[in-house]
Amino acid sequence: MQFDFNEQQNEFRQEARRFLAAECSTDRVRKALEGGGFDRQLWQGVAEMGFLGIAIPEEHGGLGLGYLELCAVAEEFGRAIAPLPILSSVYLAAEAIKTFGTPEQQSEWLPKIAAGAAIGCLASSEGERLTEKSVRVAFANGALNGTKAPVLDGDIADVAIVLAKEGDALSLVLVDLSQDGVARKALETVDPTRGQASLTFAGAKAERLGERGDGWGNFQTLLDRAAVLVAFEQIGGADRALEMGRDYALERMAFGRQIGSFQAIKHMLADMYVSATLARSNAYYGAWALSTGAAELPRAAATARVSSTNAFRHCAKNNIQVHGGMGFTWQMDCHLFYRRANQLALALGSLPDWEEKLVMRLAAANEPLAA
Amino acid sequence: MNFDDTPEEAAFRAEARAWIDANAPKHLQPILSGSGHGTAGDIADFDMLAESKAWQKKKYDAGWACLHWPKEYGGRGATPMQRVIWNQEEGIYAQLSFTFIIGQGMCGPTVMAWGNEDDKQALLPPLAAGEDVWCQMFSEPSAGSDLAGLRTRAVKDGGEWVINGSKIWTSGAHISQYGILLTRTDPSVAKHKGLTMFWVDMRSPGIEVRPILQAHGQSGFNEVFFTDLRIPDSQHLGGVGQGWTVSLTTLMNERLSIGSGMSTGFETLMDYAVRAPGRDGGRLVDDPAIRSKLADWATKASGLKYTSMRALTALSKGEEPGPENSIGKLVAGATSQDIATFAIDLQGEAGILTDPAQAAHAARFQATLMRSPATRIEGGTDEILRNIIAERVLGLPGDVRVDKDVPFEKIPTRA
Repeated sequence: MQFDFNEQQNEFRQEARRFLAAECSTDRVRKALEGGGFDRQLWQGVAEMGFLGIAIPEEHGGLGLGYLELCAVAEEFGRAIAPLPILSSVYLAAEAIKTFGTPEQQSEWLPKIAAGAAIGCLASSEGERLTEKSVRVAFANGALNGTKAPVLDGDIADVAIVLAKEGDALSLVLVDLSQDGVARKALETVDPTRGQASLTFAGAKAERLGERGDGWGNFQTLLDRAAVLVAFEQIGGADRALEMGRDYALERMAFGRQIGSFQAIKHMLADMYVSATLARSNAYYGAWALSTGAAELPRAAATARVSSTNAFRHCAKNNIQVHGGMGFTWQMDCHLFYRRANQLALALGSLPDWEEKLVMRLAAANEPLAA
Repeated sequence: MNFDDTPEEAAFRAEARAWIDANAPKHLQPILSGSGHGTAGDIADFDMLAESKAWQKKKYDAGWACLHWPKEYGGRGATPMQRVIWNQEEGIYAQLSFTFIIGQGMCGPTVMAWGNEDDKQALLPPLAAGEDVWCQMFSEPSAGSDLAGLRTRAVKDGGEWVINGSKIWTSGAHISQYGILLTRTDPSVAKHKGLTMFWVDMRSPGIEVRPILQAHGQSGFNEVFFTDLRIPDSQHLGGVGQGWTVSLTTLMNERLSIGSGMSTGFETLMDYAVRAPGRDGGRLVDDPAIRSKLADWATKASGLKYTSMRALTALSKGEEPGPENSIGKLVAGATSQDIATFAIDLQGEAGILTDPAQAAHAARFQATLMRSPATRIEGGTDEILRNIIAERVLGLPGDVRVDKDVPFEKIPTRA
């Protein structure tokens, strides 16, 4: 049994951790929080390390490694709460183009994404909980019309994968965002370290990505894969929030003792450890399914997603609680993790959507044979 | 990343599987596969005892008993991973070993670590063979989580010790031939320092075993009373006053029983939720409020399963299981109680019924409802397990102990 990362994958993780410790401290995250905008220098550094092209084939400028390497590195981006468009560009756009794109689309965009020269995003939400029937943005005759919002990294992206209505079916389409038919507007959000925008298409030139009518199924496939990768970001963030809370409980004195010697605090931290541990194990299950192409990936992905969403939120909110009043100051980093926990919980669809997917997928696997 | 055996593990698994297939008591299959979760820890009735002893003897004769023990004491000298593989392969028949878990998993290793050689030769092989059942007499009415506060007194009298006091929550004492007994030999020193461990023949005069009628109406545990019980001095395990250290051996061995994953009952609930009708002609799983609960418990059940896979991976590499494995019972105990409570709510007022012929899903949830409070207490309460995680995994300070350096006899016992 080898239900763990191997030595090479762990070395890769260490490399990412060293790089991010040196280049992506929370001071740097704060710059994005305090209106510093997109940190292109950091992004270029990440690209030079090869992290953006881990799972992109070598022929398209990537490293041609597997999803396990990408999961290992994702955990480090999560620990660092990096203010970077990796989710959008790497886990979603690159995966969409790699999986559903034509050879031309792949050779046009994948090398640029791997090099950090182009940023991709996925535009699906239209301002309410998304369903197969709620999509209004329309694609016809090579032109796209309508508004998508919020779009994660829509403020800085060069290319968007858009879920659009095509007649009475849904398709994924690819849109170059550097054209007149696209208007963007930055949006204020709970987590300003990650940009969001509305994208309005007015006859924007677009091309289909994948087959007509396959949009919803392909979109779900993308979400499942990205959910596993995001789960690693979430467990990375959860662990860091737990460590912050633990460290503060060791250092802060009250009533003449370390506050970490009070059971109320100890038990809160123990419960954070439990949820972070369960989430880690579920994320590994997702990583196994993703890396082996297992048929149970949809179940594993939803399990990892729900588990890590709950764990990161749990650890981030209780990290503030352990810190007491200090935890609610701008100056302490606790709120950065609280913000990111909630940002990641909503990206890819919120918890009720994933709870439904998880239970329905489990139910489908559990159907009585006679029924 | 994979779940595959190494070639050596696969060969061992094949050998174990073939032997089990040829020798398991298959006539018991219907009974064993029907038993619900949440009942482990309740000693089975006497017919089951005979069957358990027969299966254990068969395993012993073929070299499949106590895999983790050295061969000279009746074991197989197997690796921890081989022991896990055996447990997986033994499957439902492992329930026949419940009677021996405390003896073989905790008492035996304690005797092995601290007993004299003659005693080890005499006591351990019959324990491995299932001829003897052992019990562990630690908890007392006034010493549970605070085990070192126990009051059962051992007083030296010539070449013997005279024991007076009582123990509680002793699984299997009524069917045991032997037990290990933690006593107080010196009340004038701090509580951890005045303890001594003995092994005891349970058939000795001065021992009375009474079953406890538990809150759910069944009896699996006992109270054990000692009235001038006399134990030869040669039967102490470890030195006089060293009982606390000795007891830690016993409790550490409890932790090694990983891979024996406790059930949360989630699969039973899921099975129920896809079959039982919900409101307005739908199924239970069609209700978002129900799904939200199911999803949370699904991640707990799955998280425990894959946490145990990670622990097995570490074990397979030769690493020792650590205190992080405390999460299993902590999560499974509380979750099974929550699931049972939720499941009877789903049954409306009929959730109160306990007759398997009338209650939904053969009254399994009602059975778990009534048994699960014990799961959260036995073998370390939820609160003690959280302390263990906080102190030994996260490195937080221990509790302030007002009784730590006080002679035991000076520790207050009344509020």
